[in-house]
Amino acid sequence: MNDTFSAEDLEFRAEVRRYFETEFPQDILEKQNKAIPLTREDIVRWHKNIYEKGWAAANWPVEYGGTGWTPAQKYIFADEQARANAPAFLTFGIGMVGPVIYTYGSEEQKQRFLPDILEFNTWWCQGYSEQGAGSDLASLKTRADLNGDHYVVNGSKTWNTLGQYADWIFCLVRTNTDVARRQEGISFVLIDMKQAGVSIKPIVLLDGEHEVNEIFFDNVEVPVENLVGEEGKGWTYGKVLLQHERTGSAHVARSKYKLRRLRTLANEPVEGGARLADDRIFMSKVAAAEIELKALEYTELRTLASIEAGKAPGPESSILKIAGTDLIQRIDSLYLEASGYYALPYVREQYDADFPAENYVGEGTETTSALTYFNHRKHTIFAGSNEIQKNIIAKHVLGL
Amino acid sequence: MDFALNEIQAMLADSIEKFIVNDYAFEARQKYAGSELGYSKDVWQTFAELGWTAVPFSEDDGGFDGGPVEMMVVMERLGRGLVVEPYLANVVLTGGILKRAASAAQKTDWLQSMIAGEMQTAVAFVERQARYEISNVSTTAAKDGDAWVINGAKGYVLNGDNAELLIIPARTSGDQNDHDGITLFGVAANSDGVSIRGYETVDGLRAAEISLQNASVSAGRVIGEIGEGYGALAGAISDATLAISAEAVGIMTALTETTIEYTKSRVQFGVPISSFQALQHRMVEMYTACEQSRSLMMWAAMTIADDANNDSEQSARAIHSLKYQIGIAGTRVGEEAVQIHGGMGVTWDLDVAHYFKRLTAINILFGNADWHLDQLATTSD
Repeated sequence: MNDTFSAEDLEFRAEVRRYFETEFPQDILEKQNKAIPLTREDIVRWHKNIYEKGWAAANWPVEYGGTGWTPAQKYIFADEQARANAPAFLTFGIGMVGPVIYTYGSEEQKQRFLPDILEFNTWWCQGYSEQGAGSDLASLKTRADLNGDHYVVNGSKTWNTLGQYADWIFCLVRTNTDVARRQEGISFVLIDMKQAGVSIKPIVLLDGEHEVNEIFFDNVEVPVENLVGEEGKGWTYGKVLLQHERTGSAHVARSKYKLRRLRTLANEPVEGGARLADDRIFMSKVAAAEIELKALEYTELRTLASIEAGKAPGPESSILKIAGTDLIQRIDSLYLEASGYYALPYVREQYDADFPAENYVGEGTETTSALTYFNHRKHTIFAGSNEIQKNIIAKHVLGL
Repeated sequence: MDFALNEIQAMLADSIEKFIVNDYAFEARQKYAGSELGYSKDVWQTFAELGWTAVPFSEDDGGFDGGPVEMMVVMERLGRGLVVEPYLANVVLTGGILKRAASAAQKTDWLQSMIAGEMQTAVAFVERQARYEISNVSTTAAKDGDAWVINGAKGYVLNGDNAELLIIPARTSGDQNDHDGITLFGVAANSDGVSIRGYETVDGLRAAEISLQNASVSAGRVIGEIGEGYGALAGAISDATLAISAEAVGIMTALTETTIEYTKSRVQFGVPISSFQALQHRMVEMYTACEQSRSLMMWAAMTIADDANNDSEQSARAIHSLKYQIGIAGTRVGEEAVQIHGGMGVTWDLDVAHYFKRLTAINILFGNADWHLDQLATTSD
């Protein structure tokens, strides 16, 4: 057993840190630090910046443009990205549809889609959940009927993240209803959002933000060459993709950054009042969260090590999503508590880039602590709710 | 021993319940919360006409002589309705101070106008550095001839942007954390030197940051005795803590019921999700949290009702215990209601999220669970 970094690793860390301090768009970091939401243009620009550095796809095979990093390097990169408070990757292209295409797609699909995903020329979104098919995803009803050289797609998808910005959507659709198991007869298709019959309706979340949508398909024609892999095998591909989604869901680096910053905040002197660091009840909870984080970090490292050794992720990887999202929410609660009354003002205009700093109500993370706490309730719901994760572990890991 | 409401209390409960059901649907609430004012003037006038704004005041003050139990009855129902009209700010906080400390003339000018629904008011009990310690007051008032000159800043002043009358605790003597030396001033919001920055709050209410720069206040606007404002302020905060705890019990009950109904109608894997034992147990825990909270609420209301001056150790202990319970149980019930509703639970269009946000704010208001626990843990006996 050995968990130290090599000299090369340390050199790599210095290089990544330098990148975030100098080459990465600094105005984006400034927005992040002021909790100003990023525009579509911002998000495209910083992804392209990382692409130009050659670091866009840590998990892709080198032949498709992956970085070829060791697990230690991936760990270091994620750590530095969070340390700089840089935004997290938008996962739908590089994290989700990319791996499905390079694993199951045709040569033509690889050439057509992968370079634009890597370079962030196309914005991808996801069409999985439906009104009646959430945790029970296999009951999905959006259908794709073959008609000559194309499918005709009808139905709707919901909880679609940032589809209002997207060029393409990857969807699970039903291509066959006459099957023994509902999981059969589901196919994985790629649909151009900018065509007749695709419409989008915003869903406003509890924090007042338009982050997710319902997407409607009304006789949308999808060429058969946009079917990925075999017809009826979409469930298998989709599950692979969800596993990709889950292994990244521990959010260790981000949680580490947030807990470290929380200690700094707690130690700041308060003129005429008590420092939070002197509140033992609060600090006990911070310490407990730090212990939880250390356990999570080493659970994730064990998973990475077994992947590096060429093995499939072990059963310990199943708990990453549960433990990781629980910890995110715990940390959000701590920020909420730390903010006291200043968690409560909801001054929308102060998230505008040109809002004068002297007119801020509250300071720094206070101003978003409640909204973040509210918004992040989604973490234990999406990507397979934590209840579904527990069912998977009970059945497939514990054999119950 | 009798835990039932008496006839008058039951009538009060019934009239508010009817109003909520008939005239205060969630859609109406959302409309009022999102309006320019942040609440409905018509609804507020209705509250005044029905006498609800007069509940906690003596008959001499033009009230119904209601006590903690009546306040509990009102607030639990307003909680259920997720009411945004400024009842807490006006009736409980301002009313709580004026009924304890105001002169006859001030009662005529301010309390009567407030009860009639004609004057909006706010109590500025928050200073940034103080967190939840209401005795930590750095705003100062200095004598200047017959008048007082106030300097300082107040934060999160509930209803502060709509208020004509601001009750400002300011230090006239003593050290920053002393109970003695705090004086209460009834400041006209449009006075020179008073600037008010109003905003929405995350739970759909309105509040303001208020700064006072050489704001001159006449001696007639001092509420109670110079340097002795802490008692009335603490009393009003105690009333308000009980009030929002009852509001939280109303919300928790509504959330538990809504969640149970939702799981009965939501079908996944071919069955209503209410048939899953993992979810059943969690709803049992929500229900238990509600009922345990209700028990503590009733105990606290009765304890305070038996304590004529509302200043015994036992009352303080009851309030700290209750607010701790509400903080823990409210967070638990709110988070679970959202989680069990799945994606629907985090949408703006469903009441669940708004109940949850209000519970979150209630946990912070007048001290969070940790703060109240700490007050109990450090009590000597």
